[in-house]
Amino acid sequence: MIAFWIILTGSLVAITCGLLGCFLILRKMSMVGDAISHAVLPGIVIAFLLSGSRDTLPMILGAGATGLLTTFLTEYFHRRAGLQTDAAIGVVFTFLFAVGIILISAFAGQVDIDQDCVLYGEIAYVPIDLWVTANGTIMGPRPVYILSVVLILVVAFICVGYKELKLTSFDPAFASVLGISTALWHYLLTAAVSITTVSSFESVGAILVIAFLIGPPATAYLLTHNLKRMLAITAALGVFIAFAGYWMAYWLNASIAGCMAVVTGLCFLGVFSMQRIRSSRIQPPIADPAAG
Amino acid sequence: METLLDFLTLSDPNVRYVVLGNVLLSSSAAMVGAFILLQKKALIGDAVSHAVLPGICAAFLFSGSKNIGFMLSGAFVTGWLALLAIDYITAHSKVKKDAAIGLVLSVFFGVGMVMMTYIQQSGNAAQSGLDHFLFGKAATLVGTDLLIFSILAVVLLVVVGLFFKSFTLVAFDRPYAQALGYPVRKLDLLLTSLTVLAVVTGITAVGVVLMAAMLITPAAAARYWTNNIRRMVWLAVGFGAFAGLAGAYISYAAPAMPTGPWMVVVSSAIAFFSFFFAPTKGIVPKMYTQHKNQRIIAEENTLKRFYHLGERNSHFLGLRNADELFAKDELNASSSSSRAALKRLATKKLVVSDGQQWRLTDIGWQKATRIVRLHRLWELYLTKYMNIAADHVHDDAETIEHIITPELERELEHQLGYPDKDPHNTEIPKI
Repeated sequence: MIAFWIILTGSLVAITCGLLGCFLILRKMSMVGDAISHAVLPGIVIAFLLSGSRDTLPMILGAGATGLLTTFLTEYFHRRAGLQTDAAIGVVFTFLFAVGIILISAFAGQVDIDQDCVLYGEIAYVPIDLWVTANGTIMGPRPVYILSVVLILVVAFICVGYKELKLTSFDPAFASVLGISTALWHYLLTAAVSITTVSSFESVGAILVIAFLIGPPATAYLLTHNLKRMLAITAALGVFIAFAGYWMAYWLNASIAGCMAVVTGLCFLGVFSMQRIRSSRIQPPIADPAAG
Repeated sequence: METLLDFLTLSDPNVRYVVLGNVLLSSSAAMVGAFILLQKKALIGDAVSHAVLPGICAAFLFSGSKNIGFMLSGAFVTGWLALLAIDYITAHSKVKKDAAIGLVLSVFFGVGMVMMTYIQQSGNAAQSGLDHFLFGKAATLVGTDLLIFSILAVVLLVVVGLFFKSFTLVAFDRPYAQALGYPVRKLDLLLTSLTVLAVVTGITAVGVVLMAAMLITPAAAARYWTNNIRRMVWLAVGFGAFAGLAGAYISYAAPAMPTGPWMVVVSSAIAFFSFFFAPTKGIVPKMYTQHKNQRIIAEENTLKRFYHLGERNSHFLGLRNADELFAKDELNASSSSSRAALKRLATKKLVVSDGQQWRLTDIGWQKATRIVRLHRLWELYLTKYMNIAADHVHDDAETIEHIITPELERELEHQLGYPDKDPHNTEIPKI
């Protein structure tokens, strides 16, 4: 039963992150995911200080706010001050993370949040974190419910905004000609990433969130040129990684999040080397029309 | 004040180590960071700093102790491998650099986490404090650490100094460097190694996540103050050193405060200040210039309005009332900004007012004539040389008339053969 809950949690996070990650890597915004997953720290700490509890809703609100702040500041420095995007991301997220750590040190007695919990998370505790209703019925692990809700929201968001997300990712100029606001969808996407990050970080940690945001989509990206297929492959890979990662961790008796990240890397490595071998056999290598 | 004095005199040996260590670390990281920033690789520092974890763990597993030399070498190897992996993935697949960085970062860190759990289960007593390498404990620097950091920092400074010219050339004009026969690939590899070295030394002080900031934040700030690369690098080093000093001071004055994060916050504050207020490149000076230009354009448009009104009856210096001046017309300017422009023109003595009505002064008339003249010259130039239809040239001329210099004006006249009429067959005025 424990294995079931952990794999389910892992799969939920993997699918949610992967679906959003597809759009991130197509927009060359992968590092925005990295930045947001770190920059939510001060938001979580402030939410914790204000609400005085580790309840999910204030945490998500706080993290969502700092996630949006990260995106806004990055864009602002990029557009108004002409700072290159990667530098803008680097400066902003490290600043916010530093503020988060300082807040933790300043209110050390009141905050039981640690920076390594943000980085590592602990998926093994998921089955213990039970949701018990008022009359004492045990409904199963709380994170599973939260993550399911987030997954449904993300899937709904992608279904509703599929056309807009696709257009603004591939051809922003054409999208704005059609009257689709590129900025609006940019912010909606980053808001979705922030919410996903924070709802997952408690159980899987920032590192696994980044691995899930980028790994499966990057692997799927190598395999197909079709966005719908890419989303489907990403989701399937996510479930596989959660499954394989758990059993690897069980077998090695090691960190579950770490093993899932390793399996993600192995998946990419497998597909990547397969393609390398294939392209070295065909001489000269066929030019990829979608590359560039 | 007394703490500041105590701090600055470095009377306490512990303080001395921490301060010197911090300053060396942050300034050498900032120097390498300047080149990374210029090569648009700002985020690889983040990848390297995460990728050192498996190296540190492996070194610990092999040596069974927390010998700093072993740790740093292990960290160096995996950090370097991570950078090679990123380059290899981007060069040989359609995965872009940002995705490659994120992937390598998380997977390497994942491997490290797996090794870390293995170490924790091994029950080796020396393992405690291993995570100091990850989260940074600048305040625990001791003498031997300092010695190693100083050597590494000096190595960084010397190597960057020696290859300064090559790095500059590669950063700004890669193809040219290749054409000149510079070993570009080897230089890349060298810069990569220096980056890894800087990260590996710095990580002990500020931790995994914040290391990226030590590299690029001072450099990004310095970029806003100068276009000269030497000055930029020195400024970055200066900002870095100051941040190191300030971070050390804050945690000295308030011992509960962590040094690394404060170093990052201080250098971020410098960076934010630079983004906003650096002369010419900052947001505020840019907005000021924009605002000033808009005012000049509004003034010139108002002068032009006087001229156009005068042209109807060849009475250029006649009195004009508000209705005439602010009628919605081709100027398309709001009447409040035109009124403000008119007031400024009055203080510059280009127009005079009798309370209700305004008229051009002689100097005002001259200025107005010149603008109309430039407008019409440009229209003629566009129809004659660019083959643009006469009814399409107005909008372009409307913007360029505020920019053309006297030299360009003479050149235009000369090219067009000192014309009298514009494409709409109206007169091109002469002053």
